[in-house]
Amino acid sequence: MASAFEYAPAPESRSVVDIAPSYGLFIDGEFTEAADGKVFKTVSPSTEEVLSEIAQAGEADVDRAVQAARKAFEKWSALPGSERAKYLFRIARIIQERSRELAVLETLDNGKPIKETRDADLPLVAAHFFYYAGWADKLDHAGFGANPRPLGVAGQVIPWNFPLLMLAWKIAPALATGNTVVLKPAETTPLSALFFADICRQAGLPKGVVNILPGYGDTGAALIAHPDVNKVAFTGSTAVGKQIARTVAGTRKKLTLELGGKGANIVFDDAPIDQAVEGIVNGIFFNQGQVCCAGSRLLVQESIQDELMDSLKRRLSTLRLGDPLDKNTDIGAINSEEQLARITTLVEQGEAEGAERWSPACELPSSGYWFAPTLFTNVTQAHTIARDEIFGPVLSVLTFRTPDEAVAKANNSQYGLSAGIWTEKGSRILAVANKLRAGVIWSNTFNKFDPTSPFGGYKESGFGREGGRHGLEAYLDV
Amino acid sequence: MSERLSVFKTYKLYVGGKFPRSESGRVYEVTDSKGNWLANAPLSSRKDARDAVVAARKAFGGWAGATAYNRGQILYRIAEMLEGRKAQFVREVADAEGLSKSKAADQVDAAIDRWVWYAGWTDKIAQVIGGANPVAGPYFNLSSPEPAGVVVVLAPQESSFLGLISVVAPVIATGNTAIVIASEKSPLPALSLGEVLATSDLPGGVVNVLSGRTAEIATPLAAHQDVNAIDLAGAGEIDGLAKELEIAAADNLKRVLRPQPVDDWAATPGIDRMTAFLETKTVWHPTGSLGASGSSY
Repeated sequence: MASAFEYAPAPESRSVVDIAPSYGLFIDGEFTEAADGKVFKTVSPSTEEVLSEIAQAGEADVDRAVQAARKAFEKWSALPGSERAKYLFRIARIIQERSRELAVLETLDNGKPIKETRDADLPLVAAHFFYYAGWADKLDHAGFGANPRPLGVAGQVIPWNFPLLMLAWKIAPALATGNTVVLKPAETTPLSALFFADICRQAGLPKGVVNILPGYGDTGAALIAHPDVNKVAFTGSTAVGKQIARTVAGTRKKLTLELGGKGANIVFDDAPIDQAVEGIVNGIFFNQGQVCCAGSRLLVQESIQDELMDSLKRRLSTLRLGDPLDKNTDIGAINSEEQLARITTLVEQGEAEGAERWSPACELPSSGYWFAPTLFTNVTQAHTIARDEIFGPVLSVLTFRTPDEAVAKANNSQYGLSAGIWTEKGSRILAVANKLRAGVIWSNTFNKFDPTSPFGGYKESGFGREGGRHGLEAYLDV
Repeated sequence: MSERLSVFKTYKLYVGGKFPRSESGRVYEVTDSKGNWLANAPLSSRKDARDAVVAARKAFGGWAGATAYNRGQILYRIAEMLEGRKAQFVREVADAEGLSKSKAADQVDAAIDRWVWYAGWTDKIAQVIGGANPVAGPYFNLSSPEPAGVVVVLAPQESSFLGLISVVAPVIATGNTAIVIASEKSPLPALSLGEVLATSDLPGGVVNVLSGRTAEIATPLAAHQDVNAIDLAGAGEIDGLAKELEIAAADNLKRVLRPQPVDDWAATPGIDRMTAFLETKTVWHPTGSLGASGSSY
């Protein structure tokens, strides 16, 4: 659709961030090379430009980092909570001070639009540290009995979709409760975690309390299997989550898993259509749909299907895909070639199985990893695209006639992370929310997050909660 | 005149509110602590286990959807029924655990008191562990606990009644349904508990009791795709079993409560056995604004 007004490019300046040509592992307060000297490159997914060369942690490095965290644990856990709190408040403040730099960095390394890193990721990162900072000296009042104890060394493995935010979700509660951490960022997005190491330095955090080990899956596997790790926290795919659950079986390691989803976004015939369309777009195209709680299944009541689909298609035609650093960009790049291949395969399968594919006219940049916003109609519950997590900007549209049918279809999934309900009728919201087997439900909104609000799934979306008072439990010996 | 010949009880499983024998037709000999024959108990098969899952799943919606007050009333009713059958349980516990009558009576008293304790929890746990979250935005955001679903419970091997009730009551108090694998050596108190549950207004299928070889029954249940959680309390004493079951449970990411050493089942329990089988659901509602724009989104 031709736009009434063309937008001039409005790129955010890259000069605010200074990326070094290479980065080491962050162990015991120092940047060091990997023991075996291995390195890997991190690229900007929107241009395929190499951003930096990163040390790749191996088993020996994992062992060294765990030892450093173990050594630091004694003093860190013995600090008065009020002192730990002040370190975390310092970190929160420094993140706020450096938030533009970190937003640009995250956009470069991840490929997501600057308006998301600037307005969603970074404010939430700072808020998360601020929130858990306040808990550090109030744990006696958190409902876990008097003087709840930390677990020890936490091994944490995080994904590439919200690199710094997932780091915050893992590190803030772990440190507040007196644990020390070894964190492995994803191989495609290691930079913001390494910048966070510098923030720890600026905050004067004792060495060894936070250790950052970039690497691939084998680095994460070694960390999780390390016998001196007391706590394992993982956010990522359900397949890997199951493997981790098997690895820690029979040990005393406490485990929390935040895994995949196939969220149902349910639109009833009395829903405010314009708001629902915005919610659907936010639900599946926020962060290019690379969101575990994405509303990737649209369940629309049959009587309004045509009207809703017309509005939705009209709205998709106005989305701006392109340079993630441009302030007007809605849809950025897919994070990696591998992820793009996965999305492409699943979309092709959707077509092969008989669903009807539609995308707005949309020019894709010639370099980088891109996928146009896509929706599928004529989708049945048996279709792969209605069952498997695509983790991309692809919406599967199904229909229903009655609220019971909507609930049955929404719950017909191995996952149970998120759901949305759109209706003007209050009692229907409550009745449907009550029956949905999902950990986070948004009524007349979608993809809202807050550090005070527990987040996590039912069924194969994992277990344990992150955020809020509930999020403390994962890091306490209770 | 000779002494009257007593009437033996045929001990049966309790599944879906009914008392079937094992579909396998098998039984095994249950003896007291001195090795004297007490009864033949059903030796459950994997098919019995699967049938129990079907019954527990069928009962889940109704039980989870019942009001917390109603669940509390029913749990309290169970305590009332236990009180009336106390003499029977004292005898069974004394036989099973080799206790004197008065020691066995202490166990049964504590077990009945524990039902009463959990009966009172049904309508309080949500207030204690849930609540409103002060999110930074125009939203009302509420977290509430919900039952995990169908829970397999490996009852403790040694404490045949107090231990049993200490692991079953917290699971169903919060709205889960349960498949209980009785103590392998001392299953009779558990099988008799089924008879109490059947006469306490507890809907059929909410608790299902299986007796037999713990490992044989637990293995298919730990791998069962329609089971949501598993309490490994009774696996701790069997070599390697807890780890094996935890690995099988990973296939559909069951919530696993690992076996923990329990010195004294009579000690006041915390709420951990309830929270282990609860999910947290958080629902966001826009609070909107009644400003001049009139927009409420």
